[in-house]
Amino acid sequence: MAKGSIVAGCIAPHPPHLVYADNPEQNEPVSEGGWEQLRWGYERLRESLKDVDYDVIVVMSPHWQTYIGTHFIGVEKCRSKSVDPVFPNLFRFDYDLTIDVDLAQDIHDLAKAEGMSVKMMNNPDFRVDYGTIVSCHMVRPEWDKPIVSISSNRSLSYYSVEVMQEMMLELGRSTIKAIENSGKKCLLLASNSLSHRHFVTETNPPEDMSKEHITSHAMHLWDMRMIELMRQGKSKQIIDEMPEFCEQAISETDGGALTWLLSAMGMPTEPATLHGYGTIIGTGNAIMEWPCREWSDE
Amino acid sequence: MSGEVIKSLIVPAHPHPVLCPEKNEGWQRIRDAYDEARKQIEESDADLIIIYSTLWPSVIGHQIQADPNPEWVMVDADFHDLGSIHYSLRIDTDFAHAWNKANIARGLESRTVAYDGFPVDVGSVVALELLNPDNRIPAVICSTNVYSNRAETTVLAKSCLDVVKQQGKKVVAVSVMSLSNRMFTEPIQPHEDRIHSLKDDEWNQKILEFLSEGRLEDIGQLSRTIHDQIRIKKVVAFKPMWWLSAMNDNRNDLTGEVLAYEPIHGAGAAVVILNPESNGTGDKEYDEDDVEFYGGDRNVLDSSEEELEHVVSNSGPALHEPVESKNSVNTNKAPKPVGAYPHARREGDLIYLSGVGPRQPGDNSIPGGPIKDLSGNPLNYDIKAQTRAVINNISRILEEAGSSLDKVIDVTSFLIDMDRDFSGYNEVWAETLGKVGPTRTTLAIRALPTPIAVEMKVIAKV
Repeated sequence: MAKGSIVAGCIAPHPPHLVYADNPEQNEPVSEGGWEQLRWGYERLRESLKDVDYDVIVVMSPHWQTYIGTHFIGVEKCRSKSVDPVFPNLFRFDYDLTIDVDLAQDIHDLAKAEGMSVKMMNNPDFRVDYGTIVSCHMVRPEWDKPIVSISSNRSLSYYSVEVMQEMMLELGRSTIKAIENSGKKCLLLASNSLSHRHFVTETNPPEDMSKEHITSHAMHLWDMRMIELMRQGKSKQIIDEMPEFCEQAISETDGGALTWLLSAMGMPTEPATLHGYGTIIGTGNAIMEWPCREWSDE
Repeated sequence: MSGEVIKSLIVPAHPHPVLCPEKNEGWQRIRDAYDEARKQIEESDADLIIIYSTLWPSVIGHQIQADPNPEWVMVDADFHDLGSIHYSLRIDTDFAHAWNKANIARGLESRTVAYDGFPVDVGSVVALELLNPDNRIPAVICSTNVYSNRAETTVLAKSCLDVVKQQGKKVVAVSVMSLSNRMFTEPIQPHEDRIHSLKDDEWNQKILEFLSEGRLEDIGQLSRTIHDQIRIKKVVAFKPMWWLSAMNDNRNDLTGEVLAYEPIHGAGAAVVILNPESNGTGDKEYDEDDVEFYGGDRNVLDSSEEELEHVVSNSGPALHEPVESKNSVNTNKAPKPVGAYPHARREGDLIYLSGVGPRQPGDNSIPGGPIKDLSGNPLNYDIKAQTRAVINNISRILEEAGSSLDKVIDVTSFLIDMDRDFSGYNEVWAETLGKVGPTRTTLAIRALPTPIAVEMKVIAKV
């Protein structure tokens, strides 16, 4: 069996506004569009992945928040309705997805062997979080790939960004080991925004783009700095600056997904491609791709 | 018809008392305490349960559940292995919509939600499952805004009370929350459960000591400290005590009873009942801004320099830096003067204050609203809010001078509409300076330089 690999690692932000604006048949609310810069960014990402052969999407979402370690969905068929408790007016989505339980279990087992607190989620009534659904839908609206759904362990809440990163770096190493052992080709998604200060009012209609902008200049500067570091392949510097980024930009990378992603890809020095950047109710969102499939092993 | 809060509860959010109380004696005691609280509610004449849940965070203001019958199956994000809870709730939609309107009327961003499949949060599900299992009493559930501060949370409670009074409801107010919320980060066996640390336990005991003495407002004022000490920084801070205290008129003399205090996976879980009967001991020591109308950054999407200018220009003429001179007393905690004079002046052992209005330092806003718009059209305003703001400003200036409200000896008050405002002004006076006992003269005047309804001239001792 050939060694498994990561075909690409992506930042795939999950604000439900993007699905709402896309008007897929699974989502009840209907919009006039909006957030095109980001949706076209997702279109470019999909185009980039169009001819890429892969088996599984592995996604970490900050909206499945766990405080007792990292959890993995262990139920093969997940079918229900996901309603965003924060933006229920935008996101009421009927989902029907398949979990790659074997790969999830393998990552779980390897992480556990490394001393991490991990747990499989085997309750069939469990509802998949909207972050996972939005990111997966925007990347692969056909829903024809199984996924591995990983929770966001809020270790930052208990300890610090540094401890959170130590844990996520370890989880990333366990993830790539499990992927290699599985022989599968995987697409990895870190489902998070960058700067994460919201507006606390909503326009009418929500897709009124005349009111959409970053909440502050400082947030913009941070977003651009982090994107530029990604574009230059400076993964280690991103890790180093993560504590300040999390604190000063209230970044959603505090959930650990970006750190996990960079670790799983082996802290790439290759540049990432920016497919799109835009704000959603003031938060900064970038669609980034590290095309690992194109990198030489030599 | 007079509505009122007849009982207030603090209850834990974890699913253990519903799904597996038998696995741990402490969890069973929490379950038993929940049962006791349920009995007390059933024996009361309550006709509404109002839930403020820290497990339902919101970003766009506050959200209020308005689906008449939310139904689904709830699975906890962490404790999914304990099982599922099928819920079918009965919501008082009239109250929900009225509360939403009252929120908006008081300046809050607010909306109702009524969607099939809406994920009612674990805290609300657990509380209603145990306090109201047969839906005998309708409920209302409100979210916790992740960005809200005390002022906003207080106004949220006041608008709720507006509706309680309008509709003549007898309500039970419930804050669903942990005390210390630090859980073990590893799975544990039920018999291993204990409060995560001695420090957390000591703080919890102190909180419960206050609550058992009915000192709810003291806990409200300690909330920020408590959050720093024993709360991990989850999405929502230790805000429910602000809401619950405001629901009880910020009282410190309630009758409290702690029915149970136990660990649940390391967090501090308690069932506490607070009744409105005075315990005859505590005193009200409310030292924070008593906000009637929320004027925060809710219009951030629409804000522009032009509009900000509008706010300032609607608050009166150009502002001046306070004059610095011998014996003058000035502070940036009071509104800037509208002319060349200091906030106060010290002569001997007396402090003479310039006329003080309700404008707020910093943004120049007027609590309770201005009396007229830019075109001079009259606006409805809240004289009590304005009067409180005046007294708060006086207090700040006196503190800067090394004095305090209880050293005020003489006040001259100016009202622009004696017929309309004297009663409300007098009520706030009685609650505040009336207790100090300075001499007072109240005059009706035609206008003040800014669009305010009340101003006071004060003399105090150092």
